[in-house]
Amino acid sequence: MSAGSHQTALNIRWPKPHQLPGRIVHWVLCLLVLFVFLLPIWSMIATVFSGAQMRQGQMSLSIRDFTVDNIVQAWQYGVARGFFNSMVVVVIGLALQMTVSTLAAYALARKRFRGAAIVTVLILATMMMPAEVISLPLYLVLGQIPAPTESGSLLNSFGGLILPIVGWAMPIYIMTGFMKEIPKELEESAQIDGAGDLRVFFQVVLPLCRPALGTCAIFGFLMIWDQYLLPMLVARTPDMYTLTMIVTSLQSSDGLGTPVRLAAALMLMVPGVVVYLLLQRFFERGLLSGSVKG
Amino acid sequence: MSATATRAATPSRAVPAGGSRPSPGRRRRRIKQGLTPWLFLLPALAIFAIFKFWPVLYGMWLSFFEVRPYLGNLWIGLGNFERAVTDPALGSAALHTLIDAAAAVGLSMLFGFLLALLLEGPALHLRLIRTAAFLPVVAALVVVAQLWDVIMYPSSYGMLNSFLGFFGMGPNEFLSDPDQALASVILIQVWKHAPYDMVIFIAGLAGIDRQLYEAADIDGANRWQRLRFITIPALRPVITIVLMLGIIRGLRVFTEVFVLTNGGPAGATEMIVTYLYKTGIELGDFGYASAISTMLLLVTIVATSVTNWIRGRKED
Repeated sequence: MSAGSHQTALNIRWPKPHQLPGRIVHWVLCLLVLFVFLLPIWSMIATVFSGAQMRQGQMSLSIRDFTVDNIVQAWQYGVARGFFNSMVVVVIGLALQMTVSTLAAYALARKRFRGAAIVTVLILATMMMPAEVISLPLYLVLGQIPAPTESGSLLNSFGGLILPIVGWAMPIYIMTGFMKEIPKELEESAQIDGAGDLRVFFQVVLPLCRPALGTCAIFGFLMIWDQYLLPMLVARTPDMYTLTMIVTSLQSSDGLGTPVRLAAALMLMVPGVVVYLLLQRFFERGLLSGSVKG
Repeated sequence: MSATATRAATPSRAVPAGGSRPSPGRRRRRIKQGLTPWLFLLPALAIFAIFKFWPVLYGMWLSFFEVRPYLGNLWIGLGNFERAVTDPALGSAALHTLIDAAAAVGLSMLFGFLLALLLEGPALHLRLIRTAAFLPVVAALVVVAQLWDVIMYPSSYGMLNSFLGFFGMGPNEFLSDPDQALASVILIQVWKHAPYDMVIFIAGLAGIDRQLYEAADIDGANRWQRLRFITIPALRPVITIVLMLGIIRGLRVFTEVFVLTNGGPAGATEMIVTYLYKTGIELGDFGYASAISTMLLLVTIVATSVTNWIRGRKED
């Protein structure tokens, strides 16, 4: 069968006359999907860039009287500070998360040692301890850890915002799976040439892991950027608020119009979308390898 | 090259070939090689110990106390758990969480599967639509909540209401109506999560052996039969994964509900974690909140383990 290589579950191929109704249904459904998922996002963008007077809660379907005033106003109402804080948290947090996860994965994938099975189980068990579920005791623990901050603990500090999200089972899981596939010979020849563990790790294993690192980067970025409950527990003073907190705090300030609120939300959305579009191919590969193998 | 290789190369203790013990340098190297994996694991284990396991254990410990700031904690045994079981507010929060989890997970899976069937394939327009449909997943939950809070504005000129008005349906209150709020939250969650499930399903569909479809064609199977007897059975492991991710997601639900309704109106969307937040953070009842947190953790572990166990049994 000539079209065999592109067969799909519903197997809709390019139109033969008797399949035309099926094609029309297919395109109508595609348009419906676009309508459902893109229209809300488009109207957010249109509302943010519209200068026309609008009532509270009203959205626009087209950009009327283009303006960036709403963005500027949101920026002045705390988004600037929130954006900066969130960027600090995501850059440092992601760097630490990936370093820690990659190191751990190297030991689990490439070394044989007593206790490896227990360590693996412990790490996977944390997948069943969602941050929201353990948030309250975590908050109490953060208040007890002494730190050189104004509060004397990790509360209301970048340490408190960052450190709890450094440990995440998912990148360890993805990296371990990926590293297991790397042929041992590569490492062994490097070791025969006299390279130590750290050199083998950095110069042989790590460069080969680039696709998996891309996957971990995008998942980690989205996970950290999405944080809401943790910053709410940790940040006390507005100068420590992350962007998610700023966006929701604008919701309750009455003087601000809907377009300003949505402008703040849009600025929270853009970095995630940019990172996703840049690393898209790693994302789908990660879902494939990470979750389907399970 | 691991510790085993070195051990095999130095059987010196059993057969004292030259009568010499392993040189101190070699012994140091062996200890070093035994330590190496632990050095690589150390940062991760330390972080997990401090920010995951310690809070979990500490929360369990606090569950048995009435936490009284400045007065010292009072051991009350199972008191907090007894209170939790008989607390009608917690019961209703648990009920909402279950309804929300079941509906959101089920509907996300259903729509994710339908989307996957529709958008599977290498054609350019399919790839573009998939990317577009994926935007809600990439948007932070707070963004989705803010956006839909405006879309569902309870007035005739609110976006969703004016759309429904187009079909002659009167303005709805959505999130401000106790009868509609939970359904509205579920709708928003499905909008955000269905595309995620879609991508996982597409990955699963891509793993199905194409020859099965061709064989089915030759046997004269119609589209529905292909779906029923080839696609769905082949997707069973994927379905379990989607289900498991969904259960965890469902039980931990907090952000969107907190932002959209804060459990209101009239407690109609109170979830376990929003209730936990109110008891623990707002009222400062740490002992009771720890007990709720511990129970929720146990439920999460049991639910995911059972799903996993069922999967393991089916695959045998």
